[in-house]
Amino acid sequence: MARPRRIAIPVALIAMVTGCSVNPSGHREELLVFAAASLRDAIGQIDEIFEVEYPEFDVLVNLASSSSLREQILEGAPADVFASANTANMDQVMEAGGVVGVPTIFVRNLLQVAVPAGNPAGITGLADFANPNLLIGLCAEEVPCGSFGRQALANAAVSASIDTNEPDVRALLTKIEAGELDGGIVYVTDVLAAGGGVEGIDIPEDLNVVAEYPIVALRGGTNPEAAAAFVAFVISAPGKAVFADFGFQSP
Amino acid sequence: MALFVVPLLGLVARTPWNRVGELLTSPVVGDALRLSLTTSLAASAIAAVLGVPLAWLLARAEFPGRSIIRGLVTLPLVLPPVVGGAALLFALGRRGLLGEPIYEASGFLLPFSLWGVVVANTFVAMPFLVITVEGALRNLDPRYEGAAATLGAGRWTVLRRVTLPLIAPSLAAGMVLTWARAFGEFGATITFAGNLQGRTQTLPLAVFVALENNRDAAVAISLMMVVIALSVLVLLRDRWWKAL
Repeated sequence: MARPRRIAIPVALIAMVTGCSVNPSGHREELLVFAAASLRDAIGQIDEIFEVEYPEFDVLVNLASSSSLREQILEGAPADVFASANTANMDQVMEAGGVVGVPTIFVRNLLQVAVPAGNPAGITGLADFANPNLLIGLCAEEVPCGSFGRQALANAAVSASIDTNEPDVRALLTKIEAGELDGGIVYVTDVLAAGGGVEGIDIPEDLNVVAEYPIVALRGGTNPEAAAAFVAFVISAPGKAVFADFGFQSP
Repeated sequence: MALFVVPLLGLVARTPWNRVGELLTSPVVGDALRLSLTTSLAASAIAAVLGVPLAWLLARAEFPGRSIIRGLVTLPLVLPPVVGGAALLFALGRRGLLGEPIYEASGFLLPFSLWGVVVANTFVAMPFLVITVEGALRNLDPRYEGAAATLGAGRWTVLRRVTLPLIAPSLAAGMVLTWARAFGEFGATITFAGNLQGRTQTLPLAVFVALENNRDAAVAISLMMVVIALSVLVLLRDRWWKAL
């Protein structure tokens, strides 16, 4: 009876592999967090601390621009928590009835001009963004850091000569770090996260734009208790201390 | 069959039919359409000019390392487009391996320019042309060329009057496939050439950006792209498909 044996081995292999992926580490429940791209490093740390405090939960983080995440949530993605880089995206999710309770602002962020290490183009401030000979990048207007960046430029009455609109702030940061762009507008926290790869040039307070980040548990998630615990941890004092370490400001 | 039809039905179901006219006549769409058509046609043409000699070499010439060359030429087919774009950036960007000396010497820069889009498109799409034409050359009955030679035709005449006409259907099919791939290219374009309306924002990039806050526009543009691509591929008549 050769046939059953020939089928049995692949089937056994498949069963083993799917069995493994269904239960990777015992009986941990999954918590799906959608977080704005600029939260990448801080959320990674929060994730680690949370999993130590609550070993029964396995946190999975989906990082992208807040507008991208909002679209995914509105299209039915089963996210448990949403942390957005602006209130506009959060409002849209609220209007669609997607949230549990009321969003809480957990951190604030400021914008900063980012230039490659060594500042080869000698940029000193927003006014240099009008120079057509420089390669300047912004986030796409549709994402929070793009709209904030354009606001700051408008505040400074600068008509910028843009060469690219990147899909999220980390994509922009990567190109600046690689020296492919002379400068761009990112968040203060992104410059910090890039370490020595990028230099930051401050934007004067009266021109700068404050980004407020709200967080909330979502109705479409599969694990409401975990979501509530995660949100509670993020807005608690120890949670906020983690964000402060990465350069975020308290709300 | 359902695998191909269902997503299209999904797209059609979401189309805001009463707003399609208004959405498709916006400047963003006009610029993106113009850029998409120009760059994909340019990529197709460049792929043909560079690809036919390359295909001829791979099909006809015997030299050591031929299979490695063939592997390298078809690599863009399996490489994720974003990886391709990143590789192009590391090679031809301002701080790139070749890009830096070229920039220092001449101020010429491919990223963030129209030519950057053309290069990205050519990179991902040219393998289609090379594979198609190489296949055609291999399958060519050598007796036709042999007969022409015995009748006194020189090498160049044989190429011009016998070989090329015989592989013409495959070349055409290859160019259409190349065009279609270039038309839909996203990852390499956005990574290497950037995203700027009127200069580098092709239709796929416009859809991606529109998805962020103008879903109706995204769906309308997507539908337009499907119609354009489908028309071209359907016009690619049966006998040309056989030549692939």
